[in-house]
Amino acid sequence: MSQVQTAPRTIVDRQTAVKWLRQMHLIRRFEERAAFLYQSQKIGGFCHLYNGQEACAVGSIGMLREDDYLITAYRDHGHALARGMDPKPAMAELLGKSTGCSTGKGGSMHFFEAEKNFLGGHAIVGSHIPLATGVAFAAKYKKTDSVCLCYFGDGAINQGSFHEALNMAGMWKLPAIYYVENNLIAMGTQLERSSAVLDLTVRGGDPFKMPAYRVDANDVEQVAEITQLAIARARAGEGPTFIEAITYRFRGHSMSDPQKYRTKEDLEKAKQRDPILLWENRLLQRGWIDESSLEQMRDEIKEEVEAAIEFAENSPEPGPEDLYTNITVAPYIPQESD
Amino acid sequence: MPILAYRDALNQAMAEEMERDDNVYLMGEEVAEYNGAYKVSQGLWERFGSRRVIDTPISEEGFAGIGIGSAMVGLRPIIEFMTFSFSLVAIDQILNNAANMRYMSGGQFSVPIVFRGSSGMAGCLAATHSHRLEAIYSHFPGLTVVMPATAADAKGLLKSSIRSDDPVIFIEHENLYGEKGEVPDGDVLTPIGKANVVREGSDVTLLTYSRSLINTLAAAEQLAGEGVSAEVIDLRTLRPLDLDTILTSVVKTHRCVIIEENWPYCGIGAGVADRIYQKVFDELDAPIRRVTVKDAPIPYNRNLEASMLPTVDRIVAKINDVLYRNA
Repeated sequence: MSQVQTAPRTIVDRQTAVKWLRQMHLIRRFEERAAFLYQSQKIGGFCHLYNGQEACAVGSIGMLREDDYLITAYRDHGHALARGMDPKPAMAELLGKSTGCSTGKGGSMHFFEAEKNFLGGHAIVGSHIPLATGVAFAAKYKKTDSVCLCYFGDGAINQGSFHEALNMAGMWKLPAIYYVENNLIAMGTQLERSSAVLDLTVRGGDPFKMPAYRVDANDVEQVAEITQLAIARARAGEGPTFIEAITYRFRGHSMSDPQKYRTKEDLEKAKQRDPILLWENRLLQRGWIDESSLEQMRDEIKEEVEAAIEFAENSPEPGPEDLYTNITVAPYIPQESD
Repeated sequence: MPILAYRDALNQAMAEEMERDDNVYLMGEEVAEYNGAYKVSQGLWERFGSRRVIDTPISEEGFAGIGIGSAMVGLRPIIEFMTFSFSLVAIDQILNNAANMRYMSGGQFSVPIVFRGSSGMAGCLAATHSHRLEAIYSHFPGLTVVMPATAADAKGLLKSSIRSDDPVIFIEHENLYGEKGEVPDGDVLTPIGKANVVREGSDVTLLTYSRSLINTLAAAEQLAGEGVSAEVIDLRTLRPLDLDTILTSVVKTHRCVIIEENWPYCGIGAGVADRIYQKVFDELDAPIRRVTVKDAPIPYNRNLEASMLPTVDRIVAKINDVLYRNA
């Protein structure tokens, strides 16, 4: 069932193509600034950066309709921004502010935006794969043709939740698209130390009676093309698709990662295929952008991210009364001792 | 008023709610074509079809998560665990996803879901199939924990739970499925979070829930013959606890015994006793006593298992303790 996509085709118009480049730049800049804020201790907890993987979120989410859904794991900033989240509430969430996209209660790993059908970042590895399957189940139950995109890492496919959920999705022909963003390293464990089979399409396809594809996720256009195919299949009621997106993260697993599992040479080599550079060069070749419009784009994004930081820094912290809000829909009765 | 078995009352509640709201569906192992391992879903598949009554593979974590995901986007799933002992396999979904989703998303996503199924020490099922997990689930903010003891409450509380916008852990008792009682016809909703004073009395307050209500009432009846007036309260909802009803009674009787089919350490009674002590310590004329399951894994052997349970004799002894009648 495994198929390898190689030749990029032009599948979106100039306007969308440029928008995608802008989104990738925005994600990169947003996270570079987030890393700086983390180091200056304005961001707490864990912070997992998406640098290097941007094309995967942008090319796939870019093919969705407004009434489609997406859900992802804890490395979630890129997916949120690709879905159109305003960088202001995104940055405010990182700083734990009440104006954040989860009102300061979720943090980096738990971004949400209901209005855009973004069902969150989820931090227990593999735990959200059944949730995605449930969203797809609901789409079919309600007789809509919406689809649900679900992203997870190569570490997650070893969880039981993955196998349980994909089995039911395959059996019930649910409109779900499962993306394993294979960045080759699950925290510090290389794929060959975590999976008996290195071709992950073997693990996600035939066992669950769904087509499986491998795609070079440094190429935003290839990601989009394969996603388009999967979406059409899901909308037609033909069921789910499994996509192995080969990618690479340029930063550590989280902010405190000495990265002893790879060499500097490995990293430098990977960076030569930076998805942003590849896309930029292709658009330059097509004559869809030029150096001056690129310069202007970068400047605008810098300003946009600095405005987001300013907004986040000037936003209020949640108040002590917020500890007890939004626990239940019914009036919440804390079960305190006294 | 019609007399129904506890299992049929549950069935009626689900049928009525599914009839009322197309977003309500039932999913679990053997709930459809097999009519339920304990026949709670008898006839529902035939009546509502495969779209709304759905058999799953043996994948508790998977279908619990599917239920939660579908609830996040507007459905109202009833997820049946064949027994709550099997919910341990799905506990990440329940505790991390169902309980936290609303909070973590800043109120953007709620999870209107009911997890229901049998529970308890049903006889010779040994350690893995006899779990009582209510204390664990009651520990977690975000969950509502309901445990009906009677057929009427089985129906009324299940209907309220299905209409709740929050995740509800609805724990039935395997040995109660055949218990019969009067059940009001039609749309009667028993409120969540309200205990029920089942028997009024003035000398001692007996707090209990689920199957233990039967032995507690028997103990109260036995002691009535000796001139002891016991007030029996069925907690019904364990989270949030109906503290007002409990405290009103304890302030009246000044004595309290808590009876549960649960281990003693960190059990429901431990939490309830703590709350009584913190609020009305000065009203108590004796320390609160507890009747629990003995602190060992549940053995297969019938006699050993029976020796652990809160029997009428054990309950009477503790009531006599708090009344200082043993001296």
